[in-house]
Amino acid sequence: MQEILRQLEEKRAAARAGGGQRRVDAQHAKGRLTARERIELLLDPDSFEEWDMFVEHRSSEFGMQDQKIPGDGVVTGYGTVNGRLVFVFSQDFTVFGGSLSESHAEKICKVMDQAMKVGAPVIGLNDSGGARIQEGVASLAGYAEVFQRNIMASGVVPQISLVMGPCAGGAVYSPAMTDFIFMVKDSSYMFVTGPDVVKTVTHETVTHEQLGGAVTHSQKSGVADLAFENDVEALLQVRRFIDFIPSSNREAAPPRPTPDPIDRDEFSLDTLVPANPNKPYDMHELIVKVVDEGDFFELQPEHAKNIIIGLARMGGDTVGIVANQPMVLAGCLDIDSSRKAARFVRFCDCFNIPIVTFVDVPGFLPGTAQEYGAIIKHGAKLLFAYGEATVPKVTVITRKAYGGAYDVMSSKHIRGDVNFAWPSAEIAVMGPKGAVEIIFRADIGDQQKIAERTEEYRQRFANPFVAGARGFIDDVILPHSTRKRICRSLAMLRDKKLENPWKKHDNIPL
Amino acid sequence: MVVPSTTVTGGGVLTARIRVAMFSKILIANRGEIACRVIRTAKAMGIKTVAVYSEPDADALHVREADEAVAIGPAAAAQSYLAIEKIIAVCKQTGAEAVHPGYGFLSENRKFAAALKEAGIVFIGPDAHAIAAMGDKIESKKLAKEAGVNSVPGYLGVIKDAEEAVKIAKEIGYPVMIKASAGGGGKGMRIARNDQETRDGFRSASSEARSSFGDDRVFIEKFVEEPRHIEIQVLADGHGNCIYLGERECSIQRRHQKVIEEAPSPFLDEKARRAMGEQAVALAKAVHYKSAGTVEFIVDAKRNFYFLEMNTRLQVEHPVTEMVTGLDLVEQMIRIAGGEKLKIKQSDVKLNGWAIEARVYAEDPLRNFLPSTGRLVRYREPAEGPAVRVDSGVYEGAEISMFYDPMIAKLVTHGEDRPSAIAAMCEALDSFYIRGLGHNIGFLSALMAHPRFRAGRLTTGFIAEEFRDGFQGVHLPEEARGDIVAVAAVVHQSYARRAVSSAPRFKNAAPVANGKWVVKIGKEQHEVTVVETAMGHAVIEGKRSRELVSAWQIGDPIYRGRVDNRPIIVQMERDGIGYRIAHGGAQLKVLVLAPRAAKLAGHMLEKTPPDMSKYLLSPMPGLLVAIAVQEGQDIKAGQELAVVEAMKMENLLRAERDGKVAKLHAKAGDSLSVDQVIVEFA
Repeated sequence: MQEILRQLEEKRAAARAGGGQRRVDAQHAKGRLTARERIELLLDPDSFEEWDMFVEHRSSEFGMQDQKIPGDGVVTGYGTVNGRLVFVFSQDFTVFGGSLSESHAEKICKVMDQAMKVGAPVIGLNDSGGARIQEGVASLAGYAEVFQRNIMASGVVPQISLVMGPCAGGAVYSPAMTDFIFMVKDSSYMFVTGPDVVKTVTHETVTHEQLGGAVTHSQKSGVADLAFENDVEALLQVRRFIDFIPSSNREAAPPRPTPDPIDRDEFSLDTLVPANPNKPYDMHELIVKVVDEGDFFELQPEHAKNIIIGLARMGGDTVGIVANQPMVLAGCLDIDSSRKAARFVRFCDCFNIPIVTFVDVPGFLPGTAQEYGAIIKHGAKLLFAYGEATVPKVTVITRKAYGGAYDVMSSKHIRGDVNFAWPSAEIAVMGPKGAVEIIFRADIGDQQKIAERTEEYRQRFANPFVAGARGFIDDVILPHSTRKRICRSLAMLRDKKLENPWKKHDNIPL
Repeated sequence: MVVPSTTVTGGGVLTARIRVAMFSKILIANRGEIACRVIRTAKAMGIKTVAVYSEPDADALHVREADEAVAIGPAAAAQSYLAIEKIIAVCKQTGAEAVHPGYGFLSENRKFAAALKEAGIVFIGPDAHAIAAMGDKIESKKLAKEAGVNSVPGYLGVIKDAEEAVKIAKEIGYPVMIKASAGGGGKGMRIARNDQETRDGFRSASSEARSSFGDDRVFIEKFVEEPRHIEIQVLADGHGNCIYLGERECSIQRRHQKVIEEAPSPFLDEKARRAMGEQAVALAKAVHYKSAGTVEFIVDAKRNFYFLEMNTRLQVEHPVTEMVTGLDLVEQMIRIAGGEKLKIKQSDVKLNGWAIEARVYAEDPLRNFLPSTGRLVRYREPAEGPAVRVDSGVYEGAEISMFYDPMIAKLVTHGEDRPSAIAAMCEALDSFYIRGLGHNIGFLSALMAHPRFRAGRLTTGFIAEEFRDGFQGVHLPEEARGDIVAVAAVVHQSYARRAVSSAPRFKNAAPVANGKWVVKIGKEQHEVTVVETAMGHAVIEGKRSRELVSAWQIGDPIYRGRVDNRPIIVQMERDGIGYRIAHGGAQLKVLVLAPRAAKLAGHMLEKTPPDMSKYLLSPMPGLLVAIAVQEGQDIKAGQELAVVEAMKMENLLRAERDGKVAKLHAKAGDSLSVDQVIVEFA
């Protein structure tokens, strides 16, 4: 017994030591924390229960049988974030460069399986050099086992990837299939093929950071949902994020008590929309002023900025916010913004999060770049996502809702539950000028007539009443009462039951 | 009878008031805070009000507060607030019997006063002849001299050429000041310390005067060193009664723009006050003055005072006089205009306590006071009360437009003495919550905290001397930093506690870490322990313990409470995992971490700020509507560079930092692709 306890201590010590002090110091010197330190920051103090500390690899190729470190390069287990259960795996770059062996993969699969059973989020902290090359196909098989679980868990429990070091090659496809990817600036990168291969194949010279750094993915590609300054910020932000999301598709996020009154008036919103319809305004102001305590967790703030997405709470309950941003590209829909919002709408629908949509959209972005890039299919994604969503949907049109984009943005016709309009709303097929040039094509040469017709069209359609007359708008609300009206609508919709017809799964235009 | 000053605070300017018979409706030919100010008194007097407004002011506060409002034209003042015929037409249309001009715009325009008279409408201000006499700098000095008012030694005649200027300067004795006769606002002013500077100064002052005022006459006078700007408020009723209401010291100026005013002056004694007051009254009587007016003096280090000019209108800084005298100057102006005699004698005028006014401007002191315009996304004024008065013409969601004066509000505090008025001002500034555009609250706080200001050693050069390199922000003293640390720890602990309140499982989750926190302000680390007490919290740092009591609630951006029984107000907004704090003029980023997290944070690398691009790139595909800069031009952070139109929206691109334009890569009318280079910086 004494001997067993001694061995236990030895093995624990060996596991905790990871790749040894030298490698730990090297990790620290790069401004990165170790796998265990990261878990410490992510979870509540003393809440971590580690599993599989004694797992070792089973490889005997290339002298690997002599190099065994308990834990095999990944720390796994469960713990709590503000008292709520989460499962976690944290790759240890100090052990074999965090490379993924068969047994390393098995450890990850074990926590994923358990998370699915009990209904709790999986948080992966990625810091890995890639496949354990010495293991060959066994390592690849390990990846695939993880991928399959990512797929099965999708829509069942939230999956969050925090990429805190390298993540390259096939390894990227695990984070790629999780719900959210967060990255750390200057220390993480993700790409399918690295700069060296790129150089050989396409003769492009590009750095790791340029090719797949946190800034690249959070601005250009949209692969990453957020980029943080360092490990500490990233881990504490994930804690904040967890507070907003439900633990699984079987429940809602726990309500958060707030002293912020649901009937709080915000009179400044009455002057938010400028008198000139061509002047932009910042949609963030509306969002921040209507949500609880102004606390808005924005996702992808640097990518496709013409649409805003993120989580907030209203009356204590989590909501997903989708809003056109008139400050960027007039808030139009294009390929990137459609994809960004569509995926977010589907996330909300998976996890019972009501969707609040703020609409100021002049239409789809014209141009060859958009058409050649398949805006038709990408725009359809957002339409599809909204239309299939069965969670409560509350929509507020603040200004423009033109053309097909009006239909897309959670309109009544695609099962919007409550559709409000501000008095400044203009719901029409297109703006007055464009419309007049089509309807009264014959008058185009005549400035005065066109001006008269435009004014006539404006009078007739640049208001919320035409849509209101058909019941497409449930009510015209004063901007200052927006918070109250949304909160009341959400309270009314709390027990909403709506089911789509049985199907194996849908066929969203990918 | 003098009304105690406590009734002249805040919104409640003398409420219970007998209805004044002479006017039933007046028009206010102004905008912004002064229009609102006049409306407030008119309402209290039972007089109906008519506001006029230009296009961009359609949603302005003065329009909302007046009984009636009439649009009078486009943004340009010449076509709206300065359009005499339009304003008279509105008077006739609405039946307004009198016009209060406020300050600026038409307030000192003798043509306006004359035109109103002709139309049978009363001008609430002096007669046209007094405006004319005092409006000309040379004329007014001559009059002052005749009335026995001390004048700065100088030559008031018209100076032919540079050589004559030198001759006169030598007679007066250097240093001298060369000034435009029609001048104002620092234009056409030059200081000369020798013959050559006089020659140069004469030429440049003349040409500047010609281009600014269309009048190249200049005069020369003695340049007063260590000057203070002290002015006397007078009130004359046109029936031969004229009194003075003490002085205001307005020495704290930035580029001739007053920033802080106070009453009384920390410099004057009773003798000097009386001497200045009596001369001011003598001058007012000499021009048969009627209404409220201000006689400005320059005072040297030996309390010699010299007449500068007389302002024949209500001054911006009139509230400080109201706070110490208990009088409502606007009410007095209206009564005088209506023909009433003054009911107060000189012996009734008592100065009660101390009042200070701070002008809150839309400008960014950290960026060299660059004017800032835009929407007041957040706007919360300090609570008004006996010690605090806020005169403003805006509201949350209003716009500070580029067309007019960038003043947001006047914050006035009162106390029994100067230190208590300053303390009240510091508190009020801490609670003034403005977001969405740049403002000078932090700079005003820094002025209030400045030892030289507190000592009352003021001169008109105060800001230029004490902030030689501009304003770099405030470094809070240790005690104040300790207070911030304590507040931050308590606020953070409240959020942390709330975060676990809904935990369904694992009830013993303890992220609150026994109340132990590390508060980081930049590189500074404070290890503290927060203990919940019966009244609030105790925050212990080393041997020091602070007691905090507050009704602060989660989500409130303003923490208002007491630390060790001293009042404290801290603006504290959540920003990611940390907080943005504004207090006492300082703006800080604060992080509150559990001790273990703080330790691990020690491994994080300090990042050098990324190399800011040398290019201004188009953020979107669109049309380049305009470029506002030229090659070789120096630019300031925040300055407008270009306008790009996309999807029929105009997007303003501004400089992110100071620099110089090296090359323009696009011209107006070009269509741009995203990330296309527009401007290259040096």
